Amino acid sequence: MNRSRVTGGIFKELLQYKSALVGLVLLMFLLIISTYAIFIYPGSKAVVYWRAGENMWIKNPKNALPEWWELFTPGKTLPRTIEINPNTKGYAMETLKTTNDGGYLINLSLSFNYEYDEEPSAINVFVNGTPGDNFALFWVYPDGRKIFLTNLTLTTESTNYYLSQDIALNTRLEMDLYKQIGKPEYSPTIEKILFGTLSREFKVQKGMFKLLVQGYVKDPKKTSFDLVVYGKVYGIAGTDHLRRPLEIAILYGTPIALAFGLTASVLISVIELVIGVISGYFGGALDTIIQRITEIYMIIPFLNIVILISVFYKLDLWTLLGIIIILSIFGSGIKSTRAMALQIKELPYVEAAKAYGASDWRIVFIYMIPKILPTLVPSIVLSVPGFVFLEAALSLLGLGDPLLPTWGKVLSDAESQGALYKGLYYWVLEPSFMLILTSISFTLIGFALDRIVNPRLKEM
Amino acid sequence: MFDSALPVMTKTAQRIIIYLSKRAISVFITIVIATYITIIIANMGGYVDEIKKAEITERITQQYMNNPAYKGIPRDQLQKLIQQQIELEIHRTGLDRPFLERSIMYLWDGLTLNLGRALYMTSDSGSRLVKNIILERLPQTVLLFTTATIINFFIHLAGGLYLSRNYGSKLDKIVVSLAPLSTMPGWFYGIFLILIFAAWLHILPYGGLVDYPPPEDPISYFLSVLKHAILPLSSWIISGLFVGIYTNRTFFLIFSTEDYVEAAKAKGLPPRLIERRYILRPTLPPIITGLALSLIGSWQGAIITETVFNWPGLGLTTYQALQYFDVPVIVGLTVIYAYLLGLTVLVLDLVYSIVDPRVRSGLPV
Repeated sequence: MNRSRVTGGIFKELLQYKSALVGLVLLMFLLIISTYAIFIYPGSKAVVYWRAGENMWIKNPKNALPEWWELFTPGKTLPRTIEINPNTKGYAMETLKTTNDGGYLINLSLSFNYEYDEEPSAINVFVNGTPGDNFALFWVYPDGRKIFLTNLTLTTESTNYYLSQDIALNTRLEMDLYKQIGKPEYSPTIEKILFGTLSREFKVQKGMFKLLVQGYVKDPKKTSFDLVVYGKVYGIAGTDHLRRPLEIAILYGTPIALAFGLTASVLISVIELVIGVISGYFGGALDTIIQRITEIYMIIPFLNIVILISVFYKLDLWTLLGIIIILSIFGSGIKSTRAMALQIKELPYVEAAKAYGASDWRIVFIYMIPKILPTLVPSIVLSVPGFVFLEAALSLLGLGDPLLPTWGKVLSDAESQGALYKGLYYWVLEPSFMLILTSISFTLIGFALDRIVNPRLKEM
Repeated sequence: MFDSALPVMTKTAQRIIIYLSKRAISVFITIVIATYITIIIANMGGYVDEIKKAEITERITQQYMNNPAYKGIPRDQLQKLIQQQIELEIHRTGLDRPFLERSIMYLWDGLTLNLGRALYMTSDSGSRLVKNIILERLPQTVLLFTTATIINFFIHLAGGLYLSRNYGSKLDKIVVSLAPLSTMPGWFYGIFLILIFAAWLHILPYGGLVDYPPPEDPISYFLSVLKHAILPLSSWIISGLFVGIYTNRTFFLIFSTEDYVEAAKAKGLPPRLIERRYILRPTLPPIITGLALSLIGSWQGAIITETVFNWPGLGLTTYQALQYFDVPVIVGLTVIYAYLLGLTVLVLDLVYSIVDPRVRSGLPV
């Protein structure tokens, strides 16, 4: 009862610091995100999504900006992804007639409204049918211009036509453009030609576009077209080079980072406390040994040994956490807790406990450790960000958990894909933003706690 | 006068030497332990054995293949001969002995920097020896991170003193409230600096050591290196700035309320003198310990900062070795790091023994 009143008092005092209040609000925010992430990605769903490979995300644009990026392009609406398939609007198929050999002639039109201010990032056509089916693809502009794209012959039941990567088409369209208007002022990519007006300056032609398909098929029931016009923005966080929505890693990384940082800092501090108190209370040879080990730990190349272990044994995140804890428990915290233990050892209540015959372990665990523990709370809170950044750093070196999506993994992908060179700033900024939030939240709370627990700092 | 001063001097020197040798022994024991841990970890998957065996196999095969005396022998017989020789050599070098014995053998190799050959990596001069690869990169790391730590050290010292003098001022409040920013490590600030100064403004390079091609004359070479060092250095300076100044300031403030400082003030000594003689002097040993710790921290932090900035030092070598899975290099780097950290501590012990009067007068430290 007494203790809970003390804790409540500290909490009340904490709320008087504006900085701590900000820290607590940020922490609440992170906790809400964590709960939400665990709720929408239960079990290993996040890992499954993150490691599903490109097929699962084939209809997402590559390296798409987050939708809020439009704030930096005022007055411009950036293209979203448009998909036209038999289940959406704008898909119409008519079977014209039967040919002598039992095949069918069909006419297909896939139309969509395009009202964005930039051309899409890519265009793909996914075709299903029977092997041997023939198609001719045409593009119709809102102004009625119609150009021939390509002929397709199915060799298997499904084919992906990567329109944007069709070099022959690109060359032909470019030549036609030169013939009609001369040298354009922009570099004519397939998307720009297919979505631009017929002028030397690039401008998106807004309105109803159509992909027309004339085909000869064996079975019209099996024939279906799926046109994907990839946008330049996607969702709240954008996508990466493998078309994965970054929001998975940003959201799911939050509970992982908090769990990793808190477990590491709490366990390390508590174990250091126990070792320090034992060292101070018992003294003698045990004390000497512990002090020597602490000195050795100070010089051992911690990060190199963590790297060595994780490169040889391909650890998952929680084993790695265990190793980091083992490699840190003889850290510098022992010196201060030992010094405190030396003082407390001489206090009358410990003497009294000894007098009525309490065992050494009882004195250490029941009388001394709970007395020192509150003074450690600030340093526990303050060391959380360090471990969150350690995980990010290990991921940056390619040594983190092989499966889990974490903020460090996103940063590492961005680094290795040259996100900064390519101007894909969001890719770096998003995980960084979360790291900054976490770090600021814990330090603001920790600094305020420090002043409450160590009154000598209060007046400074 | 001289006669009495001399024995005191030698006695002091003696004490310093005894203190230093004690420290040297304990540091050396640490290096041995770190190297041994490295070898145990690496060899739990049998990697060190593999390295050694691969080396023997390559050497003996080369020896026989290049020897004209064996040209006439049929292939399968030659193979058999080589196999026999390899087994003999493995036996001779003790690779078939029990693990404990072998690990001691490897420990000796590690400590004498006999680190073997890299699997894939080569040094810039073309050598495959791990020792050469690492020693070639060592100066760049030492250059960058010693500079960063020393710049930080003086900024924090001066800033801390200044703020403790002007405690409560607006600047003081700003620094105190910005201190939380320092929980973010240097490499993290590095990413942002690259984003702003390289990717956005295009005024500084993304990374690397010098321009390509490297300038011919030494002055422009130096300037080019300097230009590439600006961002990594700034990232470390920014990262450490506020908390470094804050800690020193609080430290000095606590010391300036000591009774002997009050007494000196009461005597009417000038503030500068009080600062130098009564505040700075007694706080020097812990400040130097702080410097030692931050130097050690900087060697470790180098691994990630160099990776971010593509700075060709030990850290980038670590990253590259990880990419190639070049086990001998990874093991070698850990050993070199153990030495580097140990030597740092020793050098700072030397400085410590000069500034700490307790060492000179033989009191327990």
